[in-house]
Amino acid sequence: MSAHTPTADDLRGSATDRLRQLTPPRRFYPVLATAALFVGMLGAGGIRYEGFTSPQVILNLLVDNAFLIVLAVGMTCVILTGGIDLSVGSVVALSTMVAASTLRAGWPAALVVVAVLLSGSVLGLLMGLVIHYFEIQPFIVTLAGMFLARGLCYLISIESIPIKDPTFTSFAMGTIDLPGGYFITPAVLVALFVLAVAAWGLHMTRFGRTVYAVGGSEQSALLMGLAVARTKVGVYVISGFCSSLAGLLFSVYMLSGYSLHAVGMELDAIAAVVIGGTLLAGGSGLVLGSALGVLVLGTIQTFISFDGNLSSWWTKITIGVLLLVFVVIQRLFTRRQA
Amino acid sequence: MRSALRHPLFWPVLALGILLLVNLVATPSFFSVRVQDGHLYGSLIDILRNGAPTLLIALGMTLVIATRGIDLSVGAIVAIAGAVSCTYLAGAPDESSAGRAIVAMSLAVGVCILLGLWNGFLVAVLGIQPIIATLVLMTAGRGLAMLITDGQIITVNNSLFKKVGAGFVLGLPVAILIALAILLVTAVLTRRTALGMLIEAVGINPEASRLAGVRSRTITWTVYVFIAFCSAVAGLMIASNTSAADANNAGLFIELDAILAVVIGGTSLAGGRFSLTGTFIGAMFIQTLATTIPTIGIPSETNYLFKAIVVILVCLLQSPKARAVLRVRRPAPLLTRGSQA
Repeated sequence: MSAHTPTADDLRGSATDRLRQLTPPRRFYPVLATAALFVGMLGAGGIRYEGFTSPQVILNLLVDNAFLIVLAVGMTCVILTGGIDLSVGSVVALSTMVAASTLRAGWPAALVVVAVLLSGSVLGLLMGLVIHYFEIQPFIVTLAGMFLARGLCYLISIESIPIKDPTFTSFAMGTIDLPGGYFITPAVLVALFVLAVAAWGLHMTRFGRTVYAVGGSEQSALLMGLAVARTKVGVYVISGFCSSLAGLLFSVYMLSGYSLHAVGMELDAIAAVVIGGTLLAGGSGLVLGSALGVLVLGTIQTFISFDGNLSSWWTKITIGVLLLVFVVIQRLFTRRQA
Repeated sequence: MRSALRHPLFWPVLALGILLLVNLVATPSFFSVRVQDGHLYGSLIDILRNGAPTLLIALGMTLVIATRGIDLSVGAIVAIAGAVSCTYLAGAPDESSAGRAIVAMSLAVGVCILLGLWNGFLVAVLGIQPIIATLVLMTAGRGLAMLITDGQIITVNNSLFKKVGAGFVLGLPVAILIALAILLVTAVLTRRTALGMLIEAVGINPEASRLAGVRSRTITWTVYVFIAFCSAVAGLMIASNTSAADANNAGLFIELDAILAVVIGGTSLAGGRFSLTGTFIGAMFIQTLATTIPTIGIPSETNYLFKAIVVILVCLLQSPKARAVLRVRRPAPLLTRGSQA
């Protein structure tokens, strides 16, 4: 018996240490909770309905919600700084309108894409400038942006405009085949690319770290000499850009431009961000969580379409309940930290 | 003259006046009010009647905003009030009895007050940001209304119920009389008692007012119940006006109109002070704008565009920063120059 024989206490200590090394950092907890919810919902659906967990059904979640992922990425950036953007749904509608009407007027597709993306970004830039330099609440400025974009839609046309441009239709009909006979659409690739760029930008660049710093405490960020103005305006430009890109994906998805497209989509985007674990007070959250939030919302819809007996308004109720649960959990979490 | 310019209601009243003037130029008969079957008719009366629901909700919103809160769920509550009352009425054996209508309306108001208690609980007790707490009901509420009406548009036929939104008393529309009565009671309660000051105190700093002995939690809770009550009555008016409950479209975007009315009326979104008269003028301005746009030959759907311009202008006028930019050329007052030295 040597003196070095580890006692039971020592063993327990090293075991918890090892466990602690294996557990992910605290900031991943909310995202893990969302991921668990997503997997749990898929599991419940798989038990209840036949074919629910077939890979194509899961891929369809991405296909049907690609535009919402792009939208949620932009919204995440804004919410991370402690702001909010209510205009995104209307900007999506405006983008479909601009795309459809300029295509009808005979513009080449590439020019249309540039024009749409530019108009969304400029609108975001204007809102960001007003929010930062006139110190008006983001809520009210983006509300005005929401009215403005919807009004512009109606100014372009009250009717729905079909999109017949060959480039757009081929993009809409195009599929990318995966091994095993499954497929995704090009829009999914765009969404995943945006997600990857946003995740890289938020964690690897100076701009991204400033976004988190501003959300944590704008005053401290200012005292540290960070570029608060550029960052605060920047996130609204990003959100405007993402909204118009989502609008392009949506116009491809619907193959039409219509002023009543995407009514209330800003709420879906906010709900996805909150369910994805981003703190509404700003400063904490991951874009990956928001994408998972979108998938959770999509799963609710899949549940309802698989069931057949449930009415579609259960979607809204379920989203509301999930939103509530996550907001309350957030609240308890932040209170404990404080 | 300068004191009139400084008066907080100067700009809203001026804007409303200009709008009315535009109408007068576009349609000379705009101000004519005629009597028909003992009822008053005319564009002005229409504006008052159609503006009643917005006015009521804006009234509740004023108090909520004064506590530095916001309520996004009012549109959903409007839909629920219509759904509950119409579903109850339509399910009755004697649909047209007055007693049945009273029970239906009381039931709707009761359900909505419960929803107000819920919103208040989330904000005042759990301490969730108001915009998010009420977003929950905004998202789920319309689904609930659809659930109640089973996704149908429920039409009812009840003369007493019809009166609330479309009836006349003493020649005036009942809807605006109800709205004005509630406005008057609120004004007396907040301006002749300490209640208004307590609400403002909570809006300025809830923690400090709690330490000073104000029951800030109760006050916050109360204003959310009050706005739910206002929304319920507005919902009854809208349902009664069409004799139908449309869970999808009743009160759509009305929360935005109500917030807009409050902001136009000079109540700051930062909380801490409010003006009920301003809200009244704001609500009337929005309704007049909605009437003016088609009158002068612009498609009424572009309404949103004009509302956006109004929101931006009003906010810029209110913003201290924008005022400072406008004032930059004028010499600074002596007092501030002295303190800098």
